[in-house]
Amino acid sequence: MAHVILKNASVEFEIFDARSRSLKRQLIQTTMGGRLDTNKNQRVVIKALLNVNCTFKSGEKIALIGQNGSGKSTLLRVLSNIYIPTSGTALIDGRVSSLIDISLGMDQESTGRENIFIRGALLGQSKSETQKLLNEIIEFSELGEFIDLPIRTYSSGMNMRLAFAISTVLKPEILIMDEWLSVGDENFTKKAEERMNSLLEKTEILVLASHSFELIRKTCNRALVLEHGSILFDGGVEAAIDFYHKS
Amino acid sequence: MHNYELAVGDILKSFDRSQLFLMLGWQDVKQRYKRSMVGPFWLTISMGVLIATIGLVFGNIFSSPIADFLPFLTLGLILWGFIFTSLTEGCNAFITSASLIKQLSVPLPIHVFRVIWRNIVILTHNLVILPFVYICFLKPISVIALLSLVGFVLLLINLSWMALLLGVLSTRFRDVPQLVQSLFQVVFYLTPIIWMPHLLPARAVSILLTWNPFFHMLEIVRAPLLGYVPAIDSWLISTGMAVAGWLFSLAIYGYSRNKIAYWL
Repeated sequence: MAHVILKNASVEFEIFDARSRSLKRQLIQTTMGGRLDTNKNQRVVIKALLNVNCTFKSGEKIALIGQNGSGKSTLLRVLSNIYIPTSGTALIDGRVSSLIDISLGMDQESTGRENIFIRGALLGQSKSETQKLLNEIIEFSELGEFIDLPIRTYSSGMNMRLAFAISTVLKPEILIMDEWLSVGDENFTKKAEERMNSLLEKTEILVLASHSFELIRKTCNRALVLEHGSILFDGGVEAAIDFYHKS
Repeated sequence: MHNYELAVGDILKSFDRSQLFLMLGWQDVKQRYKRSMVGPFWLTISMGVLIATIGLVFGNIFSSPIADFLPFLTLGLILWGFIFTSLTEGCNAFITSASLIKQLSVPLPIHVFRVIWRNIVILTHNLVILPFVYICFLKPISVIALLSLVGFVLLLINLSWMALLLGVLSTRFRDVPQLVQSLFQVVFYLTPIIWMPHLLPARAVSILLTWNPFFHMLEIVRAPLLGYVPAIDSWLISTGMAVAGWLFSLAIYGYSRNKIAYWL
Protein backbone atom coordinates (compact mmCIF):
# COMPACT_ATOMS: atom_id res chain seq x y z
CA MET A 1 0.00 0.00 0.00
CA ALA A 2 1.33 3.39 -0.98
CA HIS A 3 1.69 5.91 1.80
CA VAL A 4 3.36 9.21 2.62
CA ILE A 5 4.59 10.37 5.99
CA LEU A 6 6.05 13.84 6.49
CA LYS A 7 7.53 14.59 9.88
CA ASN A 8 8.51 18.19 10.67
CA ALA A 9 9.50 18.53 7.05
CA SER A 10 10.95 21.92 6.18
CA VAL A 11 12.28 23.22 2.90
CA GLU A 12 14.67 26.16 3.04
CA PHE A 13 16.34 27.81 0.09
CA GLU A 14 19.56 29.66 0.62
CA ILE A 15 19.89 32.71 -1.59
CA PHE A 16 23.47 33.00 -2.79
CA ASP A 17 23.17 36.12 -4.92
CA ALA A 18 24.99 39.26 -3.93
CA ARG A 19 21.70 41.14 -3.75
CA SER A 20 20.82 39.23 -0.63
CA ARG A 21 22.90 41.69 1.36
CA SER A 22 20.48 44.51 0.86
CA LEU A 23 17.56 42.16 1.19
CA LYS A 24 18.80 41.09 4.57
CA ARG A 25 18.60 44.59 6.00
CA GLN A 26 14.94 44.81 5.40
CA LEU A 27 13.57 41.35 6.18
CA ILE A 28 10.07 42.69 6.01
CA GLN A 29 7.12 40.55 6.94
CA THR A 30 5.92 39.34 3.58
CA THR A 31 2.31 39.07 2.69
CA MET A 32 2.99 36.37 0.17
CA GLY A 33 5.43 33.51 -0.30
CA GLY A 34 7.55 31.68 2.22
CA ARG A 35 9.04 33.35 5.28
CA LEU A 36 12.32 35.18 4.79
CA ASP A 37 14.97 34.72 7.41
CA THR A 38 18.74 34.44 7.85
CA ASN A 39 20.54 31.23 8.68
CA LYS A 40 23.60 30.58 10.81
CA ASN A 41 25.91 31.58 7.94
CA GLN A 42 24.12 34.95 7.83
CA ARG A 43 22.61 34.14 4.45
CA VAL A 44 19.09 34.99 3.48
CA VAL A 45 16.90 31.92 3.35
CA ILE A 46 13.38 31.42 2.11
CA LYS A 47 11.44 29.02 4.24
CA ALA A 48 9.18 27.56 1.60
CA LEU A 49 7.86 24.84 3.91
CA LEU A 50 7.97 24.96 7.67
CA ASN A 51 7.56 21.94 9.92
CA VAL A 52 4.98 20.17 7.84
CA ASN A 53 3.46 17.12 9.46
CA CYS A 54 1.04 14.93 7.57
CA THR A 55 0.27 11.37 6.64
CA PHE A 56 -1.39 10.31 3.40
CA LYS A 57 -2.86 6.84 3.13
CA SER A 58 -4.14 4.78 0.27
CA GLY A 59 -7.57 5.90 -0.90
CA GLU A 60 -7.08 9.53 0.00
CA LYS A 61 -7.52 12.25 -2.59
CA ILE A 62 -5.94 15.31 -1.10
CA ALA A 63 -6.40 18.89 -2.24
CA LEU A 64 -3.82 21.58 -1.49
CA ILE A 65 -5.43 25.00 -1.06
CA GLY A 66 -3.55 28.25 -0.65
CA GLN A 67 -2.53 31.52 -2.24
CA ASN A 68 0.29 31.83 -4.74
CA GLY A 69 3.54 31.19 -2.93
CA SER A 70 1.95 29.40 0.01
CA GLY A 71 4.10 26.32 -0.59
CA LYS A 72 1.77 24.13 -2.67
CA SER A 73 4.23 23.53 -5.49
CA THR A 74 7.12 23.05 -3.09
CA LEU A 75 5.10 20.44 -1.22
CA LEU A 76 4.29 18.72 -4.50
CA ARG A 77 8.01 18.61 -5.29
CA VAL A 78 8.76 17.12 -1.90
CA LEU A 79 6.18 14.44 -2.63
CA SER A 80 7.82 13.81 -6.03
CA ASN A 81 11.19 13.17 -4.33
CA ILE A 82 12.68 16.23 -5.97
CA TYR A 83 13.23 18.37 -2.90
CA ILE A 84 14.53 16.32 0.00
CA PRO A 85 13.51 18.28 3.14
CA THR A 86 16.33 20.36 4.57
CA SER A 87 15.16 19.30 8.02
CA GLY A 88 12.68 16.71 9.16
CA THR A 89 11.88 13.65 7.11
CA ALA A 90 9.74 12.68 4.16
CA LEU A 91 8.87 9.05 3.60
CA ILE A 92 7.28 8.50 0.22
CA ASP A 93 6.41 4.89 -0.41
CA GLY A 94 4.94 4.16 -3.82
CA ARG A 95 5.47 4.87 -7.49
CA VAL A 96 5.03 8.60 -7.96
CA SER A 97 3.97 10.18 -11.19
CA SER A 98 3.51 13.85 -11.84
CA LEU A 99 1.13 15.41 -14.32
CA ILE A 100 2.46 18.91 -13.72
CA ASP A 101 4.39 19.39 -16.94
CA ILE A 102 3.28 16.63 -19.26
CA SER A 103 5.35 17.75 -22.23
CA LEU A 104 8.58 17.96 -20.25
CA GLY A 105 11.54 16.58 -22.18
CA MET A 106 9.74 16.32 -25.49
CA ASP A 107 11.88 17.25 -28.45
CA GLN A 108 10.40 19.43 -31.18
CA GLU A 109 12.60 18.00 -33.93
CA SER A 110 11.79 14.37 -33.15
CA THR A 111 8.74 12.57 -34.44
CA GLY A 112 5.72 11.83 -32.31
CA ARG A 113 6.73 8.20 -32.17
CA GLU A 114 10.27 9.03 -31.01
CA ASN A 115 8.85 11.35 -28.40
CA ILE A 116 6.72 8.56 -26.99
CA PHE A 117 9.93 6.67 -26.27
CA ILE A 118 11.68 9.73 -24.86
CA ARG A 119 8.83 10.51 -22.49
CA GLY A 120 8.51 6.84 -21.63
CA ALA A 121 12.18 6.62 -20.67
CA LEU A 122 11.95 9.80 -18.61
CA LEU A 123 9.00 8.37 -16.72
CA GLY A 124 10.99 5.24 -15.95
CA GLN A 125 9.67 2.90 -18.62
CA SER A 126 12.00 0.55 -20.46
CA LYS A 127 11.93 0.51 -24.25
CA SER A 128 10.04 -2.77 -24.35
CA GLU A 129 7.47 -1.54 -21.84
CA THR A 130 6.85 1.54 -23.97
CA GLN A 131 6.71 -0.62 -27.09
CA LYS A 132 3.78 -2.50 -25.55
CA LEU A 133 1.88 0.71 -24.88
CA LEU A 134 2.79 2.29 -28.22
CA ASN A 135 -0.33 1.39 -30.16
CA GLU A 136 -2.62 2.36 -27.34
CA ILE A 137 -0.94 5.77 -27.08
CA ILE A 138 -1.01 6.44 -30.82
CA GLU A 139 -4.63 5.38 -31.08
CA PHE A 140 -5.68 7.50 -28.13
CA SER A 141 -3.91 10.59 -29.48
CA GLU A 142 -5.75 10.21 -32.83
CA LEU A 143 -2.71 11.64 -34.58
CA GLY A 144 -2.78 9.09 -37.39
CA GLU A 145 -0.07 9.68 -39.98
CA PHE A 146 1.22 12.66 -38.06
CA ILE A 147 2.79 10.35 -35.50
CA ASP A 148 5.79 9.93 -37.82
CA LEU A 149 6.30 13.65 -38.39
CA PRO A 150 8.44 15.93 -36.19
CA ILE A 151 6.24 17.39 -33.49
CA ARG A 152 7.21 20.95 -34.42
CA THR A 153 4.76 20.47 -37.29
CA TYR A 154 1.93 19.82 -34.82
CA SER A 155 -0.60 22.36 -33.70
CA SER A 156 -0.51 23.11 -29.99
CA GLY A 157 -3.65 21.01 -29.55
CA MET A 158 -2.01 18.04 -31.24
CA ASN A 159 1.05 18.48 -29.06
CA MET A 160 -1.10 18.39 -25.95
CA ARG A 161 -2.97 15.33 -27.16
CA LEU A 162 0.24 13.42 -27.60
CA ALA A 163 1.70 14.54 -24.27
CA PHE A 164 -1.57 13.68 -22.55
CA ALA A 165 -1.83 10.27 -24.18
CA ILE A 166 1.69 9.34 -23.08
CA SER A 167 1.55 10.68 -19.55
CA THR A 168 -1.80 9.21 -18.61
CA VAL A 169 -1.16 5.70 -19.87
CA LEU A 170 1.03 4.84 -16.88
CA LYS A 171 -0.46 3.63 -13.65
CA PRO A 172 1.17 5.37 -10.72
CA GLU A 173 0.37 4.68 -7.08
CA ILE A 174 0.78 8.31 -6.09
CA LEU A 175 -0.39 10.93 -8.56
CA ILE A 176 0.71 14.56 -8.33
CA MET A 177 -1.26 17.27 -10.11
CA ASP A 178 -1.25 21.03 -10.31
CA GLU A 179 -4.70 22.01 -11.55
CA TRP A 180 -6.68 19.81 -13.88
CA LEU A 181 -5.49 18.87 -17.34
CA SER A 182 -7.73 20.04 -20.11
CA VAL A 183 -6.78 19.30 -23.65
CA GLY A 184 -8.00 19.52 -27.20
CA ASP A 185 -11.34 20.11 -28.82
CA GLU A 186 -14.76 19.08 -27.57
CA ASN A 187 -14.53 15.45 -28.64
CA PHE A 188 -11.11 14.93 -27.23
CA THR A 189 -11.91 16.72 -23.98
CA LYS A 190 -14.62 14.19 -23.29
CA LYS A 191 -12.27 11.31 -23.97
CA ALA A 192 -9.56 12.91 -21.88
CA GLU A 193 -12.00 13.41 -19.04
CA GLU A 194 -12.84 9.71 -19.07
CA ARG A 195 -9.17 8.81 -19.13
CA MET A 196 -8.49 11.10 -16.18
CA ASN A 197 -11.33 9.63 -14.18
CA SER A 198 -10.20 6.08 -14.75
CA LEU A 199 -6.64 7.11 -13.88
CA LEU A 200 -7.87 8.60 -10.62
CA GLU A 201 -9.76 5.45 -9.80
CA LYS A 202 -6.66 3.33 -10.19
CA THR A 203 -4.43 5.73 -8.28
CA GLU A 204 -4.09 5.05 -4.58
CA ILE A 205 -3.20 8.58 -3.51
CA LEU A 206 -3.95 11.78 -5.38
CA VAL A 207 -2.43 15.10 -4.37
CA LEU A 208 -3.94 18.00 -6.30
CA ALA A 209 -3.02 21.65 -5.92
CA SER A 210 -5.83 23.82 -7.19
CA HIS A 211 -7.53 27.17 -6.96
CA SER A 212 -10.80 25.74 -8.25
CA PHE A 213 -13.10 24.82 -5.38
CA GLU A 214 -15.51 23.23 -7.80
CA LEU A 215 -12.79 20.84 -8.97
CA ILE A 216 -11.69 20.14 -5.41
CA ARG A 217 -15.25 19.38 -4.28
CA LYS A 218 -15.68 17.02 -7.19
CA THR A 219 -12.37 15.18 -6.91
CA CYS A 220 -11.03 15.22 -3.37
CA ASN A 221 -11.97 13.78 -0.02
CA ARG A 222 -9.47 15.65 2.11
CA ALA A 223 -7.95 19.12 1.94
CA LEU A 224 -4.97 20.96 3.40
CA VAL A 225 -4.87 24.73 3.64
CA LEU A 226 -1.36 26.15 3.33
CA GLU A 227 -0.07 29.58 4.17
CA HIS A 228 3.55 30.77 4.30
CA GLY A 229 4.68 27.17 4.05
CA SER A 230 2.72 25.82 7.00
CA ILE A 231 -0.38 23.68 7.13
CA LEU A 232 -3.08 25.75 8.81
CA PHE A 233 -5.90 23.31 8.34
CA ASP A 234 -6.18 19.62 7.59
CA GLY A 235 -9.53 17.95 7.24
CA GLY A 236 -12.67 17.63 5.13
CA VAL A 237 -13.04 19.48 1.88
CA GLU A 238 -15.99 21.68 2.86
CA ALA A 239 -14.49 22.57 6.22
CA ALA A 240 -11.19 23.46 4.54
CA ILE A 241 -12.88 25.72 2.00
CA ASP A 242 -14.78 27.47 4.81
CA PHE A 243 -11.56 27.88 6.73
CA TYR A 244 -9.77 29.31 3.72
CA HIS A 245 -12.51 31.85 3.10
CA LYS A 246 -12.54 32.99 6.71
CA SER A 247 -8.79 33.40 7.07
CA MET B 1 29.44 6.58 5.37
CA HIS B 2 25.72 6.97 4.79
CA ASN B 3 26.43 9.58 2.10
CA TYR B 4 28.73 7.14 0.36
CA GLU B 5 26.03 4.50 0.28
CA LEU B 6 23.55 6.94 -1.22
CA ALA B 7 26.06 8.15 -3.78
CA VAL B 8 26.99 4.63 -4.87
CA GLY B 9 23.30 3.76 -4.94
CA ASP B 10 22.64 6.67 -7.31
CA ILE B 11 25.42 5.53 -9.62
CA LEU B 12 24.04 2.00 -9.73
CA LYS B 13 20.49 3.24 -10.29
CA SER B 14 21.77 5.40 -13.13
CA PHE B 15 23.27 2.37 -14.83
CA ASP B 16 20.00 0.54 -14.26
CA ARG B 17 18.40 3.24 -16.36
CA SER B 18 21.16 3.35 -18.95
CA GLN B 19 18.50 3.31 -21.68
CA LEU B 20 17.51 6.79 -20.56
CA PHE B 21 20.93 8.43 -20.73
CA LEU B 22 21.83 6.60 -23.93
CA MET B 23 18.65 7.88 -25.51
CA LEU B 24 19.01 11.44 -24.23
CA GLY B 25 22.68 11.67 -25.25
CA TRP B 26 21.91 10.33 -28.71
CA GLN B 27 19.02 12.75 -28.92
CA ASP B 28 21.36 15.66 -28.17
CA VAL B 29 23.59 14.80 -31.11
CA LYS B 30 20.65 14.27 -33.45
CA GLN B 31 19.02 17.49 -32.32
CA ARG B 32 22.11 19.57 -33.05
CA TYR B 33 22.32 18.35 -36.61
CA LYS B 34 18.73 17.72 -37.56
CA ARG B 35 17.94 18.93 -41.07
CA SER B 36 21.62 19.43 -41.81
CA MET B 37 22.65 17.26 -44.74
CA VAL B 38 26.16 16.56 -43.56
CA GLY B 39 24.95 16.21 -39.96
CA PRO B 40 27.43 15.39 -37.23
CA PHE B 41 30.09 14.92 -39.89
CA TRP B 42 30.44 18.70 -39.83
CA LEU B 43 32.46 18.01 -36.71
CA THR B 44 34.59 15.55 -38.60
CA ILE B 45 35.15 18.03 -41.39
CA SER B 46 36.15 20.88 -39.10
CA MET B 47 38.39 18.55 -37.10
CA GLY B 48 39.98 17.37 -40.35
CA VAL B 49 40.65 20.92 -41.47
CA LEU B 50 42.11 21.80 -38.07
CA ILE B 51 44.42 18.79 -38.17
CA ALA B 52 45.60 19.57 -41.69
CA THR B 53 46.31 23.18 -40.81
CA ILE B 54 48.12 22.55 -37.56
CA GLY B 55 49.94 19.65 -39.17
CA LEU B 56 51.22 21.88 -41.92
CA VAL B 57 52.27 24.78 -39.72
CA PHE B 58 53.67 23.01 -36.69
CA GLY B 59 55.11 20.12 -38.65
CA ASN B 60 57.29 22.70 -40.36
CA ILE B 61 58.08 24.73 -37.28
CA PHE B 62 59.20 21.71 -35.28
CA SER B 63 60.57 20.11 -38.45
CA SER B 64 59.05 16.82 -37.36
CA PRO B 65 58.78 14.15 -40.04
CA ILE B 66 55.20 14.50 -41.22
CA ALA B 67 54.59 10.74 -41.28
CA ASP B 68 55.25 10.64 -37.54
CA PHE B 69 53.77 13.97 -36.65
CA LEU B 70 50.42 13.80 -38.37
CA PRO B 71 49.13 10.53 -36.83
CA PHE B 72 50.34 11.81 -33.46
CA LEU B 73 48.59 15.12 -33.96
CA THR B 74 45.39 13.55 -35.26
CA LEU B 75 45.01 11.26 -32.26
CA GLY B 76 46.01 14.01 -29.85
CA LEU B 77 43.52 16.56 -31.17
CA ILE B 78 40.63 14.11 -31.43
CA LEU B 79 41.18 12.77 -27.92
CA TRP B 80 41.78 16.20 -26.48
CA GLY B 81 38.56 17.42 -28.06
CA PHE B 82 36.79 14.54 -26.37
CA ILE B 83 38.34 15.22 -22.96
CA PHE B 84 37.84 18.97 -23.20
CA THR B 85 34.17 18.94 -24.22
CA SER B 86 33.31 16.11 -21.83
CA LEU B 87 34.62 18.15 -18.93
CA THR B 88 33.40 21.60 -19.96
CA GLU B 89 29.96 20.21 -20.74
CA GLY B 90 30.21 18.13 -17.57
CA CYS B 91 30.38 21.40 -15.65
CA ASN B 92 26.94 22.27 -17.00
CA ALA B 93 25.49 18.76 -16.73
CA PHE B 94 23.06 19.68 -13.95
CA ILE B 95 22.59 23.33 -14.88
CA THR B 96 21.35 22.60 -18.39
CA SER B 97 19.09 19.83 -17.10
CA ALA B 98 17.57 22.11 -14.46
CA SER B 99 14.03 21.86 -15.83
CA LEU B 100 14.21 18.06 -15.81
CA ILE B 101 15.74 17.88 -12.36
CA LYS B 102 13.10 20.19 -10.89
CA GLN B 103 10.21 18.18 -12.31
CA LEU B 104 11.27 14.56 -12.40
CA SER B 105 12.98 12.44 -9.82
CA VAL B 106 15.71 10.73 -11.83
CA PRO B 107 19.03 9.54 -10.37
CA LEU B 108 21.22 12.62 -10.85
CA PRO B 109 24.37 10.95 -12.27
CA ILE B 110 22.25 10.16 -15.33
CA HIS B 111 22.69 13.78 -16.43
CA VAL B 112 26.46 13.38 -16.24
CA PHE B 113 26.50 10.07 -18.09
CA ARG B 114 24.34 11.67 -20.76
CA VAL B 115 27.09 14.23 -21.36
CA ILE B 116 29.81 11.58 -21.48
CA TRP B 117 27.80 9.40 -23.86
CA ARG B 118 26.99 12.32 -26.15
CA ASN B 119 30.70 13.02 -26.42
CA ILE B 120 31.51 9.38 -27.12
CA VAL B 121 29.10 9.54 -30.05
CA ILE B 122 30.84 12.65 -31.36
CA LEU B 123 34.24 11.04 -30.79
CA THR B 124 33.32 8.11 -32.99
CA HIS B 125 32.41 10.54 -35.77
CA ASN B 126 35.81 12.17 -35.47
CA LEU B 127 37.59 8.82 -35.49
CA VAL B 128 36.61 8.47 -39.14
CA ILE B 129 39.59 10.72 -39.90
CA LEU B 130 42.02 8.23 -38.44
CA PRO B 131 42.01 5.55 -41.17
CA PHE B 132 42.57 8.25 -43.80
CA VAL B 133 45.66 9.48 -42.04
CA TYR B 134 46.98 5.96 -41.52
CA ILE B 135 46.45 5.02 -45.14
CA CYS B 136 47.94 8.28 -46.36
CA PHE B 137 51.19 7.64 -44.54
CA LEU B 138 51.06 3.86 -44.86
CA LYS B 139 51.41 3.66 -41.10
CA PRO B 140 51.14 0.04 -39.98
CA ILE B 141 48.83 -0.76 -37.09
CA SER B 142 50.00 -3.44 -34.67
CA VAL B 143 48.29 -5.69 -32.14
CA ILE B 144 49.46 -3.28 -29.47
CA ALA B 145 46.70 -0.95 -30.69
CA LEU B 146 44.19 -3.12 -28.82
CA LEU B 147 45.71 -1.85 -25.59
CA SER B 148 44.18 1.53 -26.35
CA LEU B 149 40.75 0.01 -25.69
CA VAL B 150 41.84 -0.70 -22.12
CA GLY B 151 43.26 2.79 -22.01
CA PHE B 152 40.01 4.24 -23.28
CA VAL B 153 37.95 2.50 -20.58
CA LEU B 154 40.32 3.89 -17.98
CA LEU B 155 40.00 7.33 -19.58
CA LEU B 156 36.19 7.08 -19.40
CA ILE B 157 36.32 6.10 -15.73
CA ASN B 158 38.49 9.12 -15.03
CA LEU B 159 36.42 11.53 -17.08
CA SER B 160 33.24 10.36 -15.38
CA TRP B 161 34.36 11.21 -11.88
CA MET B 162 35.77 14.51 -13.07
CA ALA B 163 32.55 15.44 -14.86
CA LEU B 164 30.43 14.42 -11.85
CA LEU B 165 32.61 16.46 -9.50
CA LEU B 166 32.69 19.48 -11.82
CA GLY B 167 28.95 19.22 -12.35
CA VAL B 168 28.26 19.40 -8.62
CA LEU B 169 30.76 22.19 -7.98
CA SER B 170 29.54 24.24 -10.94
CA THR B 171 25.94 24.02 -9.81
CA ARG B 172 26.84 25.55 -6.47
CA PHE B 173 29.61 27.87 -7.65
CA ARG B 174 28.77 29.31 -11.02
CA ASP B 175 32.32 30.52 -11.63
CA VAL B 176 33.63 26.99 -11.98
CA PRO B 177 32.66 26.49 -15.65
CA GLN B 178 34.50 29.68 -16.65
CA LEU B 179 37.48 28.70 -14.55
CA VAL B 180 37.64 25.23 -16.09
CA GLN B 181 37.32 26.65 -19.57
CA SER B 182 40.29 28.98 -19.20
CA LEU B 183 42.33 26.46 -17.26
CA PHE B 184 41.97 23.89 -20.01
CA GLN B 185 43.15 26.28 -22.66
CA VAL B 186 46.43 26.40 -20.77
CA VAL B 187 46.55 22.65 -20.23
CA PHE B 188 46.15 22.18 -23.98
CA TYR B 189 49.51 23.87 -24.60
CA LEU B 190 51.18 22.22 -21.63
CA THR B 191 50.24 18.76 -22.83
CA PRO B 192 52.02 17.18 -25.79
CA ILE B 193 49.24 17.39 -28.36
CA ILE B 194 50.54 19.78 -31.01
CA TRP B 195 54.16 19.26 -29.99
CA MET B 196 55.91 15.92 -29.61
CA PRO B 197 57.38 15.04 -26.20
CA HIS B 198 60.80 14.13 -27.54
CA LEU B 199 61.35 17.78 -28.45
CA LEU B 200 61.45 18.67 -24.76
CA PRO B 201 64.72 19.18 -22.93
CA ALA B 202 65.12 16.52 -20.21
CA ARG B 203 64.59 18.99 -17.40
CA ALA B 204 61.18 20.03 -18.65
CA VAL B 205 60.02 16.43 -19.04
CA SER B 206 59.47 15.89 -15.35
CA ILE B 207 57.41 19.03 -14.97
CA LEU B 208 55.36 18.97 -18.13
CA LEU B 209 54.85 15.23 -18.45
CA THR B 210 55.27 13.44 -15.13
CA TRP B 211 53.09 15.89 -13.22
CA ASN B 212 50.49 16.35 -15.91
CA PRO B 213 47.59 13.94 -15.30
CA PHE B 214 46.14 14.74 -18.72
CA PHE B 215 49.33 13.59 -20.41
CA HIS B 216 48.94 10.16 -18.80
CA MET B 217 45.24 9.91 -19.59
CA LEU B 218 45.99 10.80 -23.19
CA GLU B 219 49.03 8.59 -23.45
CA ILE B 220 47.31 5.33 -22.47
CA VAL B 221 44.92 5.72 -25.41
CA ARG B 222 47.20 7.41 -27.93
CA ALA B 223 50.47 5.50 -27.54
CA PRO B 224 49.14 2.00 -28.41
CA LEU B 225 47.58 3.40 -31.58
CA LEU B 226 50.95 4.88 -32.52
CA GLY B 227 52.53 1.49 -32.07
CA TYR B 228 54.22 1.59 -28.69
CA VAL B 229 53.22 0.47 -25.20
CA PRO B 230 52.64 3.38 -22.79
CA ALA B 231 55.04 3.66 -19.86
CA ILE B 232 53.97 1.77 -16.76
CA ASP B 233 53.88 5.12 -14.92
CA SER B 234 51.05 6.30 -17.15
CA TRP B 235 48.99 3.20 -16.32
CA LEU B 236 49.70 3.46 -12.61
CA ILE B 237 48.92 7.15 -12.42
CA SER B 238 45.72 6.79 -14.44
CA THR B 239 44.54 3.91 -12.28
CA GLY B 240 45.46 5.69 -9.09
CA MET B 241 43.59 8.78 -10.25
CA ALA B 242 40.55 6.72 -11.10
CA VAL B 243 40.39 5.18 -7.62
CA ALA B 244 41.22 8.29 -5.62
CA GLY B 245 39.14 10.47 -7.92
CA TRP B 246 36.01 8.38 -7.59
CA LEU B 247 36.36 8.18 -3.81
CA PHE B 248 36.67 11.95 -3.63
CA SER B 249 33.98 12.64 -6.20
CA LEU B 250 31.51 10.30 -4.51
CA ALA B 251 32.14 11.98 -1.17
CA ILE B 252 31.39 15.41 -2.61
CA TYR B 253 28.42 14.13 -4.59
CA GLY B 254 27.05 12.21 -1.60
CA TYR B 255 27.24 15.34 0.51
CA SER B 256 25.56 17.49 -2.15
CA ARG B 257 23.06 15.16 -3.80
CA ASN B 258 20.09 16.44 -1.82
CA LYS B 259 21.12 20.04 -2.34
CA ILE B 260 21.51 20.04 -6.11
CA ALA B 261 17.80 20.63 -6.80
CA TYR B 262 17.93 23.56 -4.36
CA TRP B 263 20.95 25.11 -6.05
CA LEU B 264 19.41 25.12 -9.50
